[in-house]
Amino acid sequence: MRQLIILLKKEFTQIRRNPFLPRLIIAFPIMIMLVLPWVTTMDVRNVSVAIVDEDHSQLSQRITSDVSAAEYFKLTDGVYSYSEALALLEDCQVDVILSIPRGFEHDLSSAQPKKLGVDANAVNATKGSLGSQYLVQTIALTLSKQLAEQGVEAASDIVVVQNRYNETLDYRHLMIPALMIMLLILICGFLSAINIVIEKENGTIEQINVSPIGRFTFTLAKLIPYWIIGLFVISVAMLVAWLVYGLSPQGSLGNIYLATILFILGFSGFGVAIANKSDNIQQTMFVMFFFVIIFMLLSGLLTPISSMPDWAQKFTLILPPRYFIEIMRSVYLKGTTFVEMWHNYAALTGFAIVFNLLAAVSYRKQS
Amino acid sequence: MKEPIISVRNLTKRFGNFTAVNAISFDVEKGEIFGFLGANGAGKTTAMRMLCGLSFPTSGSGKVAGFDVMREGEKIKRHIGYMSQRFSLYNDLTVWENMQFYAGIYGMSARDSAARSTELLQRLDFLNERDTLVGSLPLGWKQKLSFVIATIHRPSIVFLDEPTGGVDPITRRQFWELIYEAAATGTTIFVTTHYMDEAEYCSRVSIMVDGEVRALDTPAQLKKQFAAESMDEVFRTLARGAKRGE
Repeated sequence: MRQLIILLKKEFTQIRRNPFLPRLIIAFPIMIMLVLPWVTTMDVRNVSVAIVDEDHSQLSQRITSDVSAAEYFKLTDGVYSYSEALALLEDCQVDVILSIPRGFEHDLSSAQPKKLGVDANAVNATKGSLGSQYLVQTIALTLSKQLAEQGVEAASDIVVVQNRYNETLDYRHLMIPALMIMLLILICGFLSAINIVIEKENGTIEQINVSPIGRFTFTLAKLIPYWIIGLFVISVAMLVAWLVYGLSPQGSLGNIYLATILFILGFSGFGVAIANKSDNIQQTMFVMFFFVIIFMLLSGLLTPISSMPDWAQKFTLILPPRYFIEIMRSVYLKGTTFVEMWHNYAALTGFAIVFNLLAAVSYRKQS
Repeated sequence: MKEPIISVRNLTKRFGNFTAVNAISFDVEKGEIFGFLGANGAGKTTAMRMLCGLSFPTSGSGKVAGFDVMREGEKIKRHIGYMSQRFSLYNDLTVWENMQFYAGIYGMSARDSAARSTELLQRLDFLNERDTLVGSLPLGWKQKLSFVIATIHRPSIVFLDEPTGGVDPITRRQFWELIYEAAATGTTIFVTTHYMDEAEYCSRVSIMVDGEVRALDTPAQLKKQFAAESMDEVFRTLARGAKRGE
């Protein structure tokens, strides 16, 4: 026990003396929480639209002005022909082309109305498809107003506007709990791994290996500081989320902290196990990056697991962040209780046990 | 005669096909300064690491401070001090913090380790540097500090792996005075070196060539045996036949 205290004292002295680490621990969560929720949005904005107006009618004017007034679009001026517009599309200066055929207004209320043409550049698939859908919605709205003014009854049947994509605010709220997890992965996983490997590079681990310190004691002393730092980091992140975005957990803080403790227990153990198996910092970093990228992309942090292919969905079952992300999102946004999510907590506990055993077993004092 | 403090029989270490240490046998008496010589790559460090419980022997047997090197590595570690080839104190801790740390992990009480550290620093005439970060000390001082820290828990044997590499002649001289002082209190010193003048200071010297111990005796006897003027000549005669190394 006294040995553990002595090791911990040394770890904290080293962290405090490090010119970079204390600042990182404070600045990193604040920066991430201030910047990333704004940029990790899947909303499509600034869609460039070229309108080829061959109708030159009141209605085509109205459509043009409605499109230019909509917040998603940027109207490209001075396009007079379809071929001109197509050239711009190919040049990537325009994302979507709307062509209004001659006689469109005239035939609108006839039995066979002329059709509007929408061409989208789908190289950026999201922008192309969402952009053209926004455009269709905007036009539909204009047309239904026009028809209503003309006293056509069927207006409400022709068009049903569902504003499904204007969910910027909700999207940010979905991302914030996920970003907190990213923070913990980076701080608890990377730092604890690097900390061990630095002792290898400096040769000080050799001096530990010839001492009677038990490997469990040594490993524990490496992990405890990062558990404490992890709890600090998540507290800062939650504070920023509340102060800046007004987002506070619907569920209990206790549930969040319990999940956080289990997760950082497991993940820092994972980092230490990797460090034990590597000889230098580069090796540790590459292996960690490999796993972290898999964790970030596959565990539902950025994209929903339910839209992944079946085999990938099964694969996510062995990724610890998956369970943590589910807990964080549902506690934060829905206020889910511990009992409803007990299997996620159980999974995190399992990972914590496995990874920490791995960390202790992979450390060898005698080779 | 007393039982030797280190006793090794046919100790061997293989890495794949390469036999780094080939069936070495020797005894070291308590209180001796035992010089462990050999060219680069002769297998000195590997042999020493087996004795310290850092590396498992492939075959053979050995006892250090009464414990088996194969099975009781962790018990050996309680009774030895080790100073590795690479400087391995914490550069971002002060002199005093390093001393308290190493004393602490060997289970010394806070009071005992403070008293012992003060005593050792006094002997080094280094008390006013106790709050200096180790990283900012010159190499000679670092080496002397490494040595006293390796002996802080009063081990019965201290293993020194090329302790004076890259150190100036005056500091080397002071370093050997420290070694003599430690030996005078009954600590056994097991030291590897490339400096043949240092070999002359040892009670007994063994010379390793290609993973085997080729000669083992007092410096005087070795010089007689090889009809040499100095240990340097003895070493050259033996090392010339080496097949591996640089």
